[in-house]
Amino acid sequence: MSGPVNDGPARIGAAPSNIVRWVILGVVGLIFAIPIISMIEFTFRAGLAGGYTLDHWTGLFDEDAARTYRNLFTAIGNSLLLAVVTVGIVLVILLPTMILVHLQFPRLRRVLEFICIIPITVPAVVLVVGLAPVYSVVVRLLGGSVWTLAFAYGITVLPYAYRAIQSNLDSVDVVTLSEASRSLGASWFSVSWRVLLPNLRRGILAAAFISVAVVLGEFTIASLLNRVNLQTALLQVSQSDPYVAVIFSLLALALAFALLLLIGRLGSTDRNRSTSS
Amino acid sequence: MSAPGARPRKNLARYLGLTPFAVYVLLFLAIPTTLAVVTGFFTEDGDFTFSNVVGIFDPVILGTFFSSFWLSAVSAVIGAVVGALLCFAMIGTRAEGALRTVVDSASSVLAQFGGVMLAFAFIATIGNQGLITVALRDIFGLDIFANGQWLYQVPGLLLPYIYFQVPLMVITFMPAMEGLKIQWAEANATLGGSRWTYWTRIAFPVLAPSFFGSLLLLFANAFSSYATAAALISQGAQIVPLQIRGALVSETVLGRENMAGALALGMIVVMVVVMWGYSALQKRTARWQR
Repeated sequence: MSGPVNDGPARIGAAPSNIVRWVILGVVGLIFAIPIISMIEFTFRAGLAGGYTLDHWTGLFDEDAARTYRNLFTAIGNSLLLAVVTVGIVLVILLPTMILVHLQFPRLRRVLEFICIIPITVPAVVLVVGLAPVYSVVVRLLGGSVWTLAFAYGITVLPYAYRAIQSNLDSVDVVTLSEASRSLGASWFSVSWRVLLPNLRRGILAAAFISVAVVLGEFTIASLLNRVNLQTALLQVSQSDPYVAVIFSLLALALAFALLLLIGRLGSTDRNRSTSS
Repeated sequence: MSAPGARPRKNLARYLGLTPFAVYVLLFLAIPTTLAVVTGFFTEDGDFTFSNVVGIFDPVILGTFFSSFWLSAVSAVIGAVVGALLCFAMIGTRAEGALRTVVDSASSVLAQFGGVMLAFAFIATIGNQGLITVALRDIFGLDIFANGQWLYQVPGLLLPYIYFQVPLMVITFMPAMEGLKIQWAEANATLGGSRWTYWTRIAFPVLAPSFFGSLLLLFANAFSSYATAAALISQGAQIVPLQIRGALVSETVLGRENMAGALALGMIVVMVVVMWGYSALQKRTARWQR
């Protein structure tokens, strides 16, 4: 890890000294690492008697692991499917609306922002009270397949996806770009496909990744609507085989961390480019 | 762009593009929210009633609201202070540097993704056989559960909640810390001010609205959080979200499902007040971030 670079002596009185900085980061970082370390240590425990073993990790690759953990693997499949459909909803419903509002209805921007932030004020546990009757209709119309849950998740990810796409829309002069290509004779389709989407690639990717992370971590709605996803299955498995539950939690946390790290890298390459150009 | 009103038919057609989103939000956000709030006013048979809403003032349910309040407030205050301290420690580091990227990503994971898995983490840490529990017992002879097992009660939620509140504070408060302009520190130094005067006279007053705004957001976050509590506390309903679970799951008790509606209404009222305060404070903050 490369150390942070001070902005120079200009930050008189503002920035902490290096010692203070690293003491704070070190102490808090260490405390926050303890639960993660405890999880890792737990997965190597041989049992209540004490001692350590690799069995819980190697057990995942056993021949009959697929059978033993079938429910868990089904749940992972469900969660991945939900992640894909949710990203689809973001791309097909939210993204075109945001571009359209940005280009054609600037006065509706505030309204759209307000709508997209509502899910923060309406907690999932409240939403699910009203979703229960809605889903009894959805099940009658579309069947009880797992993927229908993605309609609810599309709402859950709305604030995050909106923020990711909006910050990209704000940093690119979409209006000028689209007017320029329109006046050069491009159709609306080629404006969207060949001009807007490439320019919004970063925001779209960030929105997709954060949506995947949120969906993989979602528990409330699935659990209260009696659906099976990664998190509800983890909780269920933890009652019979806590080691496997913790191993998969660690893997899921690592995956989410990697996804979000990627978003961070996407953002920083852009910043570098904009300062160099 | 065409002049407004010039071609009304075409303008109307343009609005068609907004319908998919409008219909989607109506079906899966507006209707569920309305239903959640309205069912509290009806009996199982569809008759209008105030009994569910009055039921909120039952001492037991008021007690769970109080527990939720207490838990959210304490975890928000501790989360805000520790989170702000972390943000302070990161002043002057490059936003796109490795340190900040890692801290940002880790914060997002813990703040938005934890849920059930944080419950596992804390059972592995301070459960009966947890790493820290065992270490304290074997090395210092200290039994953290000497006065009874509290991890699966409301006090036990406090540590996991702080664990996701601090990262949320880092995410929401760091932009405000970034907004502190170098020129202000320079002006302070030029005018003979010290580090102390810089923080008390300039930085704190500028940061205050943002700090208290973030504090409210943290409160709302803890108040609405369900997964960690549901995973740790399998029996009973000590906080409001768990009370909603109880009302939703126990279909055997007649009329309880509509009690969930009343509880949802109570939660929304609290959330709207808190988020209104948040956005009011956020507007004040925006002044300094231009």
